[in-house]
Amino acid sequence: MSLASAWSVALLGVDGVLVEIEADIGAGLPGLQLVGLPDAALSEARDRIRAAVLNSGESWPSRRMTLALSPATLPKVGSGYDVALAVALLAADRTVPADRLRGTVLIGELALDGRLRPVHGVLPAVLAARRAGMHRVVVPRGALAEAALVDGVEVHGAARLRDVLAWLRDPTAQLERPGPSRPAPPAVVPDLADVLGQPDARWAVEVAAAGGHHLLLTGPPGTGKTMLAQRMVGLLPELCVEDALEVTAIHSVAGLLTPDTPLLTTPPFVAPHHTSSMTALIGGGSGLARPGAVSRAHRGVLLLDEVPEFGPRSLEALRTPLEDGEVRLARRDGVVTYPARCQLVLAANPCPCAPPDERDCTCAPAARRRYLGRLSGPLLDRVDLRVALRPVTQMDGAGCEPESTTVVRERVFAARRAARVRWGDRGWATNAEVPGSALRRRYRLSPTVRAPIEHSLQMGLLTARGADRCLRVAWTVADLAGHDCPSEEDVAVALNFKDRRAA
Amino acid sequence: MAGSTRGELGRHGEDVAAQYLTERGMVVLSRNWRCREGELDLVATDRQRLVVCEVKTRSGLGFGAPAEAVTPAKAARIRRLAATWLTSHHAGWCEVRFDVLAVLCPPQGPITVTHLPGAF
Repeated sequence: MSLASAWSVALLGVDGVLVEIEADIGAGLPGLQLVGLPDAALSEARDRIRAAVLNSGESWPSRRMTLALSPATLPKVGSGYDVALAVALLAADRTVPADRLRGTVLIGELALDGRLRPVHGVLPAVLAARRAGMHRVVVPRGALAEAALVDGVEVHGAARLRDVLAWLRDPTAQLERPGPSRPAPPAVVPDLADVLGQPDARWAVEVAAAGGHHLLLTGPPGTGKTMLAQRMVGLLPELCVEDALEVTAIHSVAGLLTPDTPLLTTPPFVAPHHTSSMTALIGGGSGLARPGAVSRAHRGVLLLDEVPEFGPRSLEALRTPLEDGEVRLARRDGVVTYPARCQLVLAANPCPCAPPDERDCTCAPAARRRYLGRLSGPLLDRVDLRVALRPVTQMDGAGCEPESTTVVRERVFAARRAARVRWGDRGWATNAEVPGSALRRRYRLSPTVRAPIEHSLQMGLLTARGADRCLRVAWTVADLAGHDCPSEEDVAVALNFKDRRAA
Repeated sequence: MAGSTRGELGRHGEDVAAQYLTERGMVVLSRNWRCREGELDLVATDRQRLVVCEVKTRSGLGFGAPAEAVTPAKAARIRRLAATWLTSHHAGWCEVRFDVLAVLCPPQGPITVTHLPGAF
């Protein structure tokens, strides 16, 4: 009767739970039992670890072996437990000493020849290990850079199971340690100077970038809607360390990280095609939900190009994430919460025929109404800025060179700094994050400045939420103009952006 | 045992197993007891309970350990056969234990016997 245990991590969304893996070897017919709600991939670990152990030059214990994953009621998914299972088994067999297994989390899939393969979600798993008070983590060598992003925990990389066993046997042996972190190559973002004309739309993009507001661009095809939206990421500041870790963790769970760029420091830009399903946009899948586009765009920009072509159900599902900044997805194996604080940019044609000049439109009035009518009121109510693009009539923009990203970014950064100074001690980074109640009480504007909004509310042109959003945009406009507090003019500009008739 | 056929190897293993049990004070009651459903390799007793043994003989470990070849289906058949054995011998009610004796007969080198008492 010999026992041993090792540690690994089960992921629930971007949170992790420590899993104790116990191995028992006892009398009885030779065989291996795996208990603790394994899924299909984990049940197959039996065959993987047997081959890997034999091919690492160890003998396979021919006795009755039981491997238990605890907490037993938590469903375990995937192949990341292989290394911990194999090591627990060999420690129970007294093939390797168990001293170094105390306080060590092992993550990785085993290849049949004993190599360690990287798995998804290493970063959130290491974060969870640190939270649970573990002080050592062994990960596959390919995931070493990703795991090394976490401070306060010793990270080791191993290429083969053989290396891990040697490390357990010899207290002086060392596994590969992470090298100095390389700065990620600067992402290539197209420049704003490429866009011809469109002063209104450029201004709207600048305001959206400065305040973190949602934006709707409408206009005939070929006027630069998509170009402008793609260039918005270039106007956003780099992510702070906390946000970068959060964004990287989501990408790690989604399996989108490359070994070259372990830490994502630039705001992500996600542009799903308009045939995307609701699951692809919001997240989902069987068992435990996986992150969707809205979470992958967390702290970045989610562009929905040709938005009327999206399925109405997909678009409506965006409503709650936009408001809450997170999605809660309940599936068979539990409820997971993914952060989803993205900036939404919608781009649409004004009608199905969409001629360069609006006067040439041949659509029936009903068809026109129906086209933009696919964007529901509740969704549009959450959009702060609406702007119509005009047809481009000159190739060289009336002789003056359009402003480049660098110039506009200076103004955006200055406005963001002003906002952070104002809200910083309350934990809000941008104007878009400020709750409406704070805008209406603590930072209440004078009645004369507020008058246009009050009037629109009375006329039924604005909803209460719309009024709050209008106030936030007014603050951003004031920040960009260098005002301490929004003036009447700033409020008018904000109200104009919100106007349904504008787009 | 070089050059032996599978049947010879198996019989030799059963001889070794029977000797092994006798040396440990057990009394072998039946060897290769057959009925329509199949065969019991060894039926013995330690004077307290009936011990039904499945003997697995291998000449090498190339196809896994001998005891690994006792599958759940085979275990179930042996349990059924044990009941048939008891009725045909009018043994009445008694405690029954099912053992596996894994005999390893490498072409060169010593023969090893692994006894798994109460294996299933």
